Amino acid sequence: MKKPVIDAQNVDLTFQTNDGPVHALKDVNLQIDKGEFVSFIGPSGCGKTTFLRCIAGLETPTGGTLTVNGLTPEETRKSRAYGYVFQAAGLYPWRTIAGNIRLPLEIMDFPKPDIPARVEKVLDLVDLKGFGKKYPWQLSGGMQQRASIARALAFDAEILLMDEPFGALDEIVRDKLNEEVLKLWAATNKTIGFVTHSIPEAVYLSTKIVVMSPRPGRITDVIESTLPKERPLEIRDSEEFIKIAHRVREGLRAGHAE
Amino acid sequence: MNKIVPVLTVLAVIVVVWYGAAIKMNSQWTYDQAARAGTEVTFGTLVTDTLAQERPKLPAPHQVVAELWDTTVAKKITSKRSLVFHGWITLSATLLGFGIGTLGGVALAVGIVHNKAMDLGVMPWAIASQTIPILAIAPMIIVVLNSMGISGLIPKAIIAAYLSFFPVVVGMVKGLRAPDQMQLDLMKTYNASGAETFWKLRLPSSMPYLFASLKVGVAAALVGTIVAELPSGATRGLGARLLSGSYYGQTIQIWSALFAAAALAAALVIVVGVFERVVLKKMGMAQ
Repeated sequence: MKKPVIDAQNVDLTFQTNDGPVHALKDVNLQIDKGEFVSFIGPSGCGKTTFLRCIAGLETPTGGTLTVNGLTPEETRKSRAYGYVFQAAGLYPWRTIAGNIRLPLEIMDFPKPDIPARVEKVLDLVDLKGFGKKYPWQLSGGMQQRASIARALAFDAEILLMDEPFGALDEIVRDKLNEEVLKLWAATNKTIGFVTHSIPEAVYLSTKIVVMSPRPGRITDVIESTLPKERPLEIRDSEEFIKIAHRVREGLRAGHAE
Repeated sequence: MNKIVPVLTVLAVIVVVWYGAAIKMNSQWTYDQAARAGTEVTFGTLVTDTLAQERPKLPAPHQVVAELWDTTVAKKITSKRSLVFHGWITLSATLLGFGIGTLGGVALAVGIVHNKAMDLGVMPWAIASQTIPILAIAPMIIVVLNSMGISGLIPKAIIAAYLSFFPVVVGMVKGLRAPDQMQLDLMKTYNASGAETFWKLRLPSSMPYLFASLKVGVAAALVGTIVAELPSGATRGLGARLLSGSYYGQTIQIWSALFAAAALAAALVIVVGVFERVVLKKMGMAQ
């Protein structure tokens, strides 16, 4: 049997806050295989971002086991296997776009002569060729977010984790970027974890959709997508797409009703 | 042009008020003189006399300007009466103290941000140091250092540093903590070391804060130097000019030294401002 890349068994996470303990994750069981595109969807406070942060080793579960490639997330983080894209682009204003993409490469001690070629390659991947010398404030929000994806791709991380990367963008830009993310995924064959609020976005992108609900944060449904890997934007009008979207909506509603 | 008109208007108002005050404040002496000589004082003589006294209570603007011209342009720089000479004495101590204060302030801020014990332990002392009146502590520093055989430039620079390190500490602590959780998490996903996070994220983020504090710090350093020149019995420096002026009732000398100090402070702040613009522009942070 093939071993999953990410394996969560009964993962629990309780935050101690001033208002008492908050049960952020309860009994989360999930296996993600190599090359999968997994979306986490659910209302605010359902723990989807927290779970992504657990995978990335930015939070530590208080119970259960979570392994990535058979190692703890902490160990995997130290081996620099994650590219993380945050809600905001978070580009450094004092660095050019190319300078921002160079940042992880400098920290990870990539050989200096290789760096320019890598920067060019990922700029090309996210369709920002020729923008390397611009400063972040000279770019639109969508372009900034693309640059931050390029930054996460630059060091060839095995796993790409994206936390509502397009949440702050308008629908038109979001559609375009969704298409590009799919192309990127096809081109790089990375394992992708993707947090979103949007049902169409989750269904359009994913091979697996994880529906979560709050208080305590838990998984209510895991949907294996039956959509083909080739997905033009029009696929969102197909019957199959609507069927999956319907099941996601049902899952979200069920989580609320309890 | 739109900017110059209001500035000139305010300046004109100040000059008019100043002349009025000079006539009023200096009139007593004119009346006393007239009474002794048994002559009457007309309005004309009152005005010309009050604005041309040798030791007026309040010198008129043109007297101060004349004294400034005389002691900067007309005198040789090496002269003991040259304001350029005294200004340089004060400026050199100010710059040295500002340099020490800035380095010390940045070092303390780095320690405070990276070390919990320093965070809790140093900041209260830094704040306490600024609540002590500088006039009280300056003579002690000078006396102590003098007994150790250190005098002249160094004691003044230390007092200047004492005043200028504080804004730098406060500004740099805020600046080094400016990166938000997301930016710190990003560095964490790269498994960046503390040093890498400092050089590549914290330090560049703190630059705008640093320059804001440097502007306050350089002015504070100048004040510190001038205060340090008062009690030391110094014969050189703008502080010494202020002191000797007040010993001998040379009000015109006091006022011209005051204006020289103000001009020096303005020049220093402007220089820091220009430096700020150049650096931030080079970093791409000035839009």
